[in-house]
Amino acid sequence: MIELIVGILILTGGAFGVLGAIGLIRMPDILIRMHASTKIGTLSCGLVVAAAAVHFGDWGTSVRAVLIIVFLVVTAPIASHMIGRAAVTTGVSLWRGAGPGAGRNDDR
Amino acid sequence: MTSFFSLALDIGTALILLTTALSLVRLVIGPSLPDRVVAFDMMTVSIVAFCGLAAIRFDERAFLDVALALALVGFLATAALARFAERARKIDEKEAS
Repeated sequence: MIELIVGILILTGGAFGVLGAIGLIRMPDILIRMHASTKIGTLSCGLVVAAAAVHFGDWGTSVRAVLIIVFLVVTAPIASHMIGRAAVTTGVSLWRGAGPGAGRNDDR
Repeated sequence: MTSFFSLALDIGTALILLTTALSLVRLVIGPSLPDRVVAFDMMTVSIVAFCGLAAIRFDERAFLDVALALALVGFLATAALARFAERARKIDEKEAS
């Protein structure tokens, strides 16, 4: 039973990781790419570390796993906020979307 | 160790490694410095996940300590690179004026 739970957690984490990486490759613009990568990356890593905690099933491992997850959840928004601010202030060209004016990048 | 568990471990390791490789592709082709910092952040997080998988595979709890330290260092690196990307532009403007 525990092995079933661990296997499902690992598979879910790996699948979310690949989805986030595909988003990182295919999205058109840095802010949209960050939207795909940071949140899904945190979710994938949290699922895999939770699988490790379930697999060992003792207090020391669980505390470490909870520390890793809390640290990731706390620092991912800070890091992505800093990168997003740096991208906007340095004037990376942003995606203008579909519709009239599509394909036109804005040069700030 | 049942066959489902070892199969799930193998597939999960392959998926996490694929995540790292795709992030490396974005790190190489990323047109601007913030793009590369985002890809580097994703690589760090996926390597933390890989450390968790290694802890399960080799039945070794010390890999979780490695993962914790790597998450810490990765956040510091991302924050420092973001500050650098912001300040490099300001220094360029100051030299140009």
